[in-house]
Amino acid sequence: MRTPPSLVSLAIDSALAQLSNISDLSFLPDHILIDLFLSQWSILKFEYLSGENSAGEAPCGIFKLPVEGFLKRTLRAGKLTEKILKLFIATGKEEVLSHIEALNIQLVLTPVLPTSKKNLSMSQIIDDNDVDIVIGALHSDLTPFLDEWRPVFSRFHLIIVKDPDLKDELKIPGGFNLHVYTKSDIDKAVGSASSASLFSGYSCRYFGYLISQKKYVVSIDDDCVPARDNNGGLIDAVAQHISNLTTPATPFFFNTLYDPFCKGADFVRGYPFSLRNGVTCALSCGLWLNLADYDAPTQALKPGQRNSRYVDAVLTVPARTMLPVSGINIGFNREVVGPALLPALRLAKEGKFRWETVEDIWSGMCVKVVCDHLGVGVKSGLPYVWRKERGDAIESLKKEWEGVKLMEDVVPFFQSVRLSQAAVTPEDCVIEMAAAVKERLGPVHPVFARAAEAMVEWVKLWKVVRTRLSP
Amino acid sequence: MAQTSASPTPLLKDELDIVIPTIRNLDFLEMWRPFFQPYHLIIVQDGDPSKTIHVPEGFDYELYNRNDINRILGPKASCISFKDSACRCFGYMVSKKKYIFTIDDDCFVAKDPSGKDINALEQHIKNLLSPSTPFFFNTLYDPYRDGADFVRGYPFSLREGVPTAVSHGLWLNIPDYDAPTQLVKPLERNSRFVDAVMTIPKGTLFPMCGMNLGFNRELIGPAMYFGLMGDGQPIGRYDDMWAGWCMKVICDHLGLGVKTGLPYIWHSKASNPFVNLKKEYKGIYWQEELIPFFQAATLSKDCTTVQKCYLELSKQVKAKLGNVDDYFIKLADAMVTWIEAWDELNPPKSSAELPNGKGK
Repeated sequence: MRTPPSLVSLAIDSALAQLSNISDLSFLPDHILIDLFLSQWSILKFEYLSGENSAGEAPCGIFKLPVEGFLKRTLRAGKLTEKILKLFIATGKEEVLSHIEALNIQLVLTPVLPTSKKNLSMSQIIDDNDVDIVIGALHSDLTPFLDEWRPVFSRFHLIIVKDPDLKDELKIPGGFNLHVYTKSDIDKAVGSASSASLFSGYSCRYFGYLISQKKYVVSIDDDCVPARDNNGGLIDAVAQHISNLTTPATPFFFNTLYDPFCKGADFVRGYPFSLRNGVTCALSCGLWLNLADYDAPTQALKPGQRNSRYVDAVLTVPARTMLPVSGINIGFNREVVGPALLPALRLAKEGKFRWETVEDIWSGMCVKVVCDHLGVGVKSGLPYVWRKERGDAIESLKKEWEGVKLMEDVVPFFQSVRLSQAAVTPEDCVIEMAAAVKERLGPVHPVFARAAEAMVEWVKLWKVVRTRLSP
Repeated sequence: MAQTSASPTPLLKDELDIVIPTIRNLDFLEMWRPFFQPYHLIIVQDGDPSKTIHVPEGFDYELYNRNDINRILGPKASCISFKDSACRCFGYMVSKKKYIFTIDDDCFVAKDPSGKDINALEQHIKNLLSPSTPFFFNTLYDPYRDGADFVRGYPFSLREGVPTAVSHGLWLNIPDYDAPTQLVKPLERNSRFVDAVMTIPKGTLFPMCGMNLGFNRELIGPAMYFGLMGDGQPIGRYDDMWAGWCMKVICDHLGLGVKTGLPYIWHSKASNPFVNLKKEYKGIYWQEELIPFFQAATLSKDCTTVQKCYLELSKQVKAKLGNVDDYFIKLADAMVTWIEAWDELNPPKSSAELPNGKGK
């Protein structure tokens, strides 16, 4: 006679059936959680390998499963959907997570290397420990953001910097290796005067750059989620930024087939051989699908316009060519240009929407001048992120027009500023630029005089903090 | 704010000539017929003038062989290359139209990622009719395309752009590599469709390929001299490169724009890399001197027309590149001859009849 089922196993069986209606499993004792998970796992494996579940639907094929053995077993309802997997992950229970790891369940992501895996041979294989992901938190609930980015971010160390003006507590899901910095941490590190003037709003992320110990930094706005490429695969924006940063840039001559270091591409006829080694890429500027980074007047005039064009290219922005760097999706080599990414241009009515800022545009042009001077490169193009709808362009326009007007002075300045031969580090370059800003733009508008001061202060801070941090 | 083009692209069929150099045949035109038939073709027949080049029925064309070139230009014909597709620039000189589209006879209609045939000519026209933005890089590429615009931070005073002088298209399948690269990667094919058009920034040089090229002849025509190549010359396969570098320096000086990117054509024929290596050999070394020369070239303020710019450039070529090789002295002289011939065939506001080649 068969042993009758235990109460526990009956409970687990019925939980399995109800799994999609459950929103939180963290209350379950560990051993029950594991059983539940493994049962679910068995069902999934069988479904996947046999091709369909009892309802006749195709299995959730986004999971890549190790193919080792079949489990012949009666099919039951329920699939290990992404949502359910997340439920298990969200419990934060070590054993569940290690089971997931051991069973090698992964969301299948297509890393963006439209050129393919080649980059791994062309670029150096970098250690995950060389990367910091710096997120400026302008929203208090980072759960949806981090959950969406989890497949991409979970390998790396995260630095989350909370906007000092944000009042609510941050909500951060488990399963990440991260450090969170709030106003009090910033105040302690740099003094409350600096923290207020330098690190509020979108500029809070610069604090993350300041204290990062890693070689590469990737920074993405907290209202963006992973985009999909033309094949429907999820784009690993971090992998693409790293690839951009670890393959050479070619700023001295334009290659008409774009990035020559991509697989399937090369330098074209007429490209001088002496320039084919390229130079270090210090900054990688990514793009955005859905809500593009337009200014408020443009978006207000075309409220329905969304960017749906996926341009499969990375290219080096030529030397001496200036560009508007959007801070929404960037990566950089902190060791080469770290100090040149700086919070300096703060609009009088700067706000919490990108339409109400130009801090990144200023910072980007500083970096470009520094890169051109130091002979390193800046790339633009892939990766794309998906930028969610947020805010109202017309409201922003009513409030903040200043940034748009200031560009008329900002751009010609950066196009013409020249640094001396004596400036050999990014810090030197920033100091020289600050002097030029003070002299040439200071008289034009007080916001520029303040920017010049901020640049000098930033370099001082950088030196102080770096000294304190170094072993 | 950038205007979106909701209206269809004008055909420009009476304002555009298609210039095709050929030495073999023009069978490739059959595939292009739906797109090219409305236009007038200028065929420049290279090589043996006694050979008859068959042009498919239904095309309106004029054809010039070497005998015609000699007859029309007299002693100035020395500036037109022989046994090299560089001879195509004779077609530019002899055209009466505002726009030129030039294509090689081994280039076919490509398909976009959705499988649709690409009307390369239409895209070139779009590129040429919309402004360029050489003074500040737009990270979303051509802001005048449907679905795109200038990004945040782009100064409004620069959003009108400048007139576009050149539209440089690209190639799927056989990429335009030099001989050494072809030897190392004989099987590489370009399969990446990059859905972008962009302006090449002011002050930046690029390698201009003549396989799939459109330009505004009225704006930049005299700068599109493809140099001395082929028979009797120490170099080949640098004709379009030379024209591109000269053209870009002049466009930068005159405030005109150059675009690159779409359209794609399908390049079907891989030329023999060993033959190419022989032709390019000197060029590979010379370009190391040429690039710094062009990067540093400046033109004086009184160079206000393309011809004046070009003549000044020819003087600098003679002075600074003459000691790289005597070839450049010859080339500088040919540049002058070219301008003289251009001005003769294109006198200002002339309605004089000019000798025509054989044609329908």
